Amino acid sequence: MNVSPVTPSLIAEGLCKRYGDVVALDGFDLAVPPGTVHGLLGPNGAGKSTAVKILTTLLDFDSGTARVAGHDVRGQARLVRRRIGLVGQEAAVDEILSGRQNLVMFGRLYGLGTADARSRADDLLASFDLAEAADRAVSTYSGGMRRRLDIAVGLVLTPSVLFLDEPTTGLDPRARNEVWQTVRQVAERGTTVLLTTQYLDEADQLASRITVLNQGRAVADDSPEALKRQIGGDRVTVTLPLRVPLGPTADALAAAVGVPGAVDPANHAVTFEAGAGVVVLAEVVRALDAAGVVPEDLVLRRPTLDEVFLTLTGPRQRAAAAPTTKEDAVR
Amino acid sequence: MTTLRAGWIITLRGLSHWARQPAVPIFGLLFSVMLLLVFGLLLGGAMEVPGDGDYLDYLLPGMLTLAMMFGVEATATAMTNDVKRGVTDRFRSMPISAAAVSLGRAGADMVNAVSELGTLVVVGLLIGWRIDASVGSAVLAVALLLALRFAMIWIGIFLGIAFRGGGTTSAVQVLVWPIGFLSAAVVPVETMPDWLGAISAWNPVSATATAVRELLGNPSGLSGGLLDDHAVLLAIGWPAVITAVFLPLSARAYRRLRH
Repeated sequence: MNVSPVTPSLIAEGLCKRYGDVVALDGFDLAVPPGTVHGLLGPNGAGKSTAVKILTTLLDFDSGTARVAGHDVRGQARLVRRRIGLVGQEAAVDEILSGRQNLVMFGRLYGLGTADARSRADDLLASFDLAEAADRAVSTYSGGMRRRLDIAVGLVLTPSVLFLDEPTTGLDPRARNEVWQTVRQVAERGTTVLLTTQYLDEADQLASRITVLNQGRAVADDSPEALKRQIGGDRVTVTLPLRVPLGPTADALAAAVGVPGAVDPANHAVTFEAGAGVVVLAEVVRALDAAGVVPEDLVLRRPTLDEVFLTLTGPRQRAAAAPTTKEDAVR
Repeated sequence: MTTLRAGWIITLRGLSHWARQPAVPIFGLLFSVMLLLVFGLLLGGAMEVPGDGDYLDYLLPGMLTLAMMFGVEATATAMTNDVKRGVTDRFRSMPISAAAVSLGRAGADMVNAVSELGTLVVVGLLIGWRIDASVGSAVLAVALLLALRFAMIWIGIFLGIAFRGGGTTSAVQVLVWPIGFLSAAVVPVETMPDWLGAISAWNPVSATATAVRELLGNPSGLSGGLLDDHAVLLAIGWPAVITAVFLPLSARAYRRLRH
């Protein structure tokens, strides 16, 4: 079936999983070549964690197939478990034990002898910058340190595939940067990484390919660059003072910039897609200047995840919701 | 990785917890000792044992039994914490068997039970408990107490997984306190109203407490009846039945984490 010369580290075909009436995965497909970082991007409830749990043998599924590191996750769960590391949403380390004790215990459970487990723990503590805190209880660690230890535990055996389920959720920017650095290190050593995230920015920073998941299905699968092109790059949002009329000013700006604007009356603002952001920003500033309008606020920003989903899922959902041409006719 | 070796590593984890946070087991022990002192010294003066036995001699085997039964709370709480914090998922994603995880829990809890029995026995002897038993009977008495604790482990693992969403401690306490005290553990069955006494006589806690009393030469407060005549047999049978029911149930609950 697979025509590419490399066998993927991860393959999912038509995975379905429902919890009672709730459909968590609805024909999910995924193929990740070895040695790459693959992003699984989607909002809460899109099915990201369900996919990770199935691929790491933690959860059974209703139909479809999944293979990890060459083994079937259902029939060869034990073999899969020898080849993977899992970093779940909760920092699944023992809070009472020290960082070193955690690494030694999990290393021994992975089958290392005591001496090997100890020296592996030393290596990991050093390379994850945890040597100083090695003998303190994990409950005294900061969020970022805990995450790094969590990832280190997932790497005790140098797995073929490392699963990271929203590894930076709840971390401050500094800790998030530390985790990103760690993920890059791991990828450089040749481990395949599947990373789930709610942040476009994070997937963009780390992944060479991104699958966008919505309502249990992959709605896009592409490189970050291609995805960004598809969703139209950056956005420029101009918020106007209330005394300036929104409609006419938005039209005037749109004419000057040459891109249609999305008017947001609730915030008295208008947003332009800005493929090459800075150029559009400069044009908006010139047009505002020419019209003699001083904006309340003016920002150049990345598309939000909401906008990404609207762009990627919009046509499909419209087609599903309005099978007649009524809606089109109204436009 | 064999199941036994993995289980042993997880047992060591439980023991390291106590080494790093000694307050937890120490307060557990203090609670048992306090309960013993409250009943033995404070309430004991008002208690009478049918057949003219000393209440303290009657009480001690009951307290040892209750300590074993109350251990279910520690097991359930530890299990819930592991499931909630993702540690159980970590274990489940590793190449070790499900049995190893339960065995590890059981190993650590049994070590704790032994230390608890030791402490209560010493405190009991200090406040005047007398034993009149051969070494063989004493060993059998300890074995029966540990058998009850072992059976409670499987109830604990089952409840710990069942109440992983929260409320484990309250659920366990609601179960354990009435069952613990509606028994011959601290109050002689024959001093209860007939119907209550009949229920209490069938309580597994009564079986173990009565068997330990008879083995250690302490008054049982009983004069005939099924419990009096077959206490040791019941104290073997009850933990065996509980284990036979709850070990498979706990294994099933663990497997069902997959669904």
